[in-house]
Amino acid sequence: MSEYLAVLLFAVAGIGIVLITFGISRLLRPHNPYPEKNVTYECAEETVGPSWIQFNNRFYIFALIFVIFDVEAIFLFPWAVAFGQLGLFALVEVTLFLMILFFGLFYAWKKGVLKWV
Amino acid sequence: MNLDTVIFFAAAVVAVFGATMMIAQKNPIASALYLILSLVAQAILYVQLGGLFLGSILIVVYAGAIMVLFLFVIMLLNLRSSDDLGPPPPALGRFTKYAFGILLSVELIVIVKAARMPSKATGVLGFPVEDFGSVKAVSTQMFTTYVYPLELTGILMLIAVVGAVVIAKKENNAQVSDDSGSDRPAKKQVS
Amino acid sequence: MLEVIIISSIKVLTVVIVVLTCCAYSTLLERKLVAYMQHRLGPIYAGPWGLLQPIADAIKLMFKEDLVPDRVERTLYTLAPILSFVPSLLVFAVVPFSSDFTLFGYDVTGVISDLNIGVLWVFMITGFGVYGVVLAGWSSGSKWSLLGGIRSSAQMISYELSYGLSIVGVILLANTLSMTEIVGQQDSIFSWYIFRQPLGFILFFTCAVAETNRAPFDMAEAESELVGGYHTEYSSMRFASFFVGEYANMLAASAVAATLFLGGWQGPLLPPIVWMMLKVFFGMFIFIWLRGTLPRFRYDQLMNFGWKVLFPLALLNTMVTGLIVMLTNGTN
Repeated sequence: MSEYLAVLLFAVAGIGIVLITFGISRLLRPHNPYPEKNVTYECAEETVGPSWIQFNNRFYIFALIFVIFDVEAIFLFPWAVAFGQLGLFALVEVTLFLMILFFGLFYAWKKGVLKWV
Repeated sequence: MNLDTVIFFAAAVVAVFGATMMIAQKNPIASALYLILSLVAQAILYVQLGGLFLGSILIVVYAGAIMVLFLFVIMLLNLRSSDDLGPPPPALGRFTKYAFGILLSVELIVIVKAARMPSKATGVLGFPVEDFGSVKAVSTQMFTTYVYPLELTGILMLIAVVGAVVIAKKENNAQVSDDSGSDRPAKKQVS
Repeated sequence: MLEVIIISSIKVLTVVIVVLTCCAYSTLLERKLVAYMQHRLGPIYAGPWGLLQPIADAIKLMFKEDLVPDRVERTLYTLAPILSFVPSLLVFAVVPFSSDFTLFGYDVTGVISDLNIGVLWVFMITGFGVYGVVLAGWSSGSKWSLLGGIRSSAQMISYELSYGLSIVGVILLANTLSMTEIVGQQDSIFSWYIFRQPLGFILFFTCAVAETNRAPFDMAEAESELVGGYHTEYSSMRFASFFVGEYANMLAASAVAATLFLGGWQGPLLPPIVWMMLKVFFGMFIFIWLRGTLPRFRYDQLMNFGWKVLFPLALLNTMVTGLIVMLTNGTN
């Protein structure tokens, strides 16, 4: 358990150091806001319209495909670790598994989903 | 009270807190972040039970991948508060929500009470596996006993890819007709 | 128990401080190297060879006013820099920086935590890097930020796949996920995994460059089109947090590359920690060299490259490695 405790300590130290530097900076820096200063940056123009514009839904499709292949990638880790004991049978299985998914990738590719215009 | 117990209670409290805050938040993005917090706490619980690989998967797949997808969806739909989802449901709908909530909680408590808590020597699921829960142990099980489920998972994911492709195609077609039909500046597509 | 915790705490603090110092001096190294590549001098006024420049920069950022535009979503805006910096630091929790040594009569291991899922830990933490970017972009309330954030997060998740898969080849050879054991297996220069996984190394490093949003994949802060990308609206220490996070990410990627492919702290004559530093800064040099040499990708080229070149190559690399390991094991 102490290995995990060390990780926990590290995380606490990491967050701590950020908060400490932010805190010190807060004590040191000036604070003098006025309306013109707090305007959203848009190349010296007045901001037009809402900032939360709608972006292309292609980002969503890529995220969707990413989730699927991320699951595949995580399945390969245990296979790689125990490969020494598992041997040929596991290799065949994984090849089959990957072929199925490769087919998926190929399908998405051919249908033009992976193409970024 | 040893350190293990302290960590367990801390993680459990954070998990429940995250889940509660998730449904209590008005801002969907904050909800998603609380869900991530809850998932991380749950991963700690898994690791404490010896389910190393399960904990890692929870983080990589759920907290690292699926939640990114959720965030993308929230941003794509431009939901900045729960008001964007439309008017609240009628009173009857709200009542059913609470009724189901209470029913499920009672059910959960009954199940947990009824479950036999296994002793440590036999492993959590009752069958003794050497080095229980480590990546190697999971792997040996996955590639010997549970081969077919694994391959079926592959096919399931293939179907998911096909589904994603269909959605992409449909949306692109809809978008083309939408763009030609009207010109609303707020809906301008930017890549 | 208490003794273990105290030793751990000292080690944690040392590593955090050393990593932050390395980040600061990496900025100087980058400015100097890029300057020399472009026939300039770079920073020369603060101390000899500009050596005090990082300290001057840090002090300057500390005293800068923190501008918070009116349109931001306050809570998320505050959270984003922290979420961007902390994960980059957390990778160092599993990187072995030295062999085990004895200090003042205490036995100290050369790693903060020898997790037996070390490589998975790296993969996990890399996945978390996306949130800082995506939230910064969303919460800033600026079009530049939103576009920059969404672009770089899509880029990061696309390259994360190949990033993870390129490591699988090494695990196939090493049969373990523990970083300490992987370093232990590379005890002579010929057993470094880079010689058995050359493609894996190239894939890993390419994806690392994309994951850290560095040139030639620095779409996020394509100054010519998106101003500062997701950190356009950030100033003062919050901006510094993103900046240090980027350098910590680069250092972390170099350290992981050194551990998995270049033998970690192993090396003749010099003490282990020096070897580790040399290898990490070799990685940093490549990062800077790439920035000084290559022009930026266009966004569609970048996504196509990630999905249609790197990802299939990474899968292929995994399968071929598996086959070769199988065959060589058969003859033994």
